Amino acid sequence: MSTVHERMPEAKTLGGSQAPAMPGVLAGFRRIVLRDLRLAMRQRGDAALAVLFFVLTAMLFPFGVGPEPNLLARIAPGVVWVTALLAVLLSLERMFLTDYEDGSLELLTLSPVPLSVIVLAKVTAHWLTTGLPLLIAAPVIAGMYGLPADGYKMLLAAMILGTPTLSLLGAVGAALTLGARRGGVLIPLLVLPLYIPVLIFGVSVIDATLAGLPARPHLLFLGALLLAALPLAPWAAAAALRQAVQ
Amino acid sequence: MTSQAASNPPGSRSLHRFANPGRFLRLADAVLPWCAGLTAIALAVGLAAALFVAPADYQQGESVRIMYVHVPAAWMALFAYTCIAVASAAALIWRHPVADLAARSASPLGAAFTFLALATGSLWGKPMWGTWWVWDARLTSVLVLFFLYLGHMAISNAFEDPGRGRKAAAILALVGFVNVPIIKFSVDWWNTLHQPASVTRIGVPTIHPSMLWPLLLMGVGFTLFFFTVLLLRMKSELLAARLRNLRMLSVEGR
Repeated sequence: MSTVHERMPEAKTLGGSQAPAMPGVLAGFRRIVLRDLRLAMRQRGDAALAVLFFVLTAMLFPFGVGPEPNLLARIAPGVVWVTALLAVLLSLERMFLTDYEDGSLELLTLSPVPLSVIVLAKVTAHWLTTGLPLLIAAPVIAGMYGLPADGYKMLLAAMILGTPTLSLLGAVGAALTLGARRGGVLIPLLVLPLYIPVLIFGVSVIDATLAGLPARPHLLFLGALLLAALPLAPWAAAAALRQAVQ
Repeated sequence: MTSQAASNPPGSRSLHRFANPGRFLRLADAVLPWCAGLTAIALAVGLAAALFVAPADYQQGESVRIMYVHVPAAWMALFAYTCIAVASAAALIWRHPVADLAARSASPLGAAFTFLALATGSLWGKPMWGTWWVWDARLTSVLVLFFLYLGHMAISNAFEDPGRGRKAAAILALVGFVNVPIIKFSVDWWNTLHQPASVTRIGVPTIHPSMLWPLLLMGVGFTLFFFTVLLLRMKSELLAARLRNLRMLSVEGR
């Protein structure tokens, strides 16, 4: 038992069933987030890879469509969103895969903390290691594309509301494809159709701002998508994880 | 499959598993001839009415006849997905094996109807709008629906263990079903922002009765065709599973 605790220190708090229910759940949530963050810190390459991919793909567009400033400023919101979406997609496979392969996912499903809370914790950690770096890199890309100054605040607001939804929906795809034969190829096929609403409203926010129209309705839609995904996606991902480890 | 057959005496487990499907097979055998016959009649009369009886449109001319295939195909694309979602919910909640089978058998059909709707729409669009494809709200959301079907088909075949593929596909079908209206409305929104001159289709109340009844008849024919092929596919899947089991038992008996 002691060796298990050494290898997985969070198992001790997760198993603390004598503690009252709510603090136990919250402690479990916090422990899993911290554990995933610690793992990400020890393998910094993975988190950096998504941002690097984001910058590299964004760099390709001027080569593809030509370096004309007006055109680049026009397509800037779309390029930032599409490349951010692809970068998130690239990082999804690893969300549950390492836990699935070393068996700690089975321990997590046995813990008294509800599996959907565990999924939410893993999604939070995924967002902190993928979505947040993208959020920091996005204004730089937008600046290189010459996005007009009004657009930056709205770009950040849209990404703050939109990227957690990407992580949440991605968790469902990642959980469904655990152990599949072509998991890496399957995730885009499953997840990209579900990402389209986020992309549409994310770009609309900036386009509406630049056109002098109110961006509020589009931001509200992004918020609504996030609020809808917040309870539903962890629930679906938990169901998928449960049938993956059974 | 192997471990199950090995650990149980022949019959006990497989009989339990096939009790319901057996009843379903008998029911399917009884319903299929009627379904197939009615499909043939509805499609024959519907097509004859659509191609020869119904009048040509005063603006679109003869090319309006594409509508009699296009619109029912689009209806069926949505109907099949709804069927898949309902069957998947039943399979997840009650662990109903036949519902599972129905969901998996329906998704290639739904994908085919979606493809038919997209292809005929494209053929119709060329003479009417002057282009094969527009990023119109409705076209885009149907294209997304097509990809949802492809994902459903891909994931149900992606696992070594067929049971896992079934459950994963059922969960995906339900997630996709929640998303279909969201995709629909988001695409509508996105499009109206960028393209104010939207393409309005013929609404059902504004259509003349002489065009409406062949259209409805074709819709009935397509629905019957869907159920006929669905029953056939489910039947063949069940028979294939039974054959596999018998082969497994005969190998063990030797």
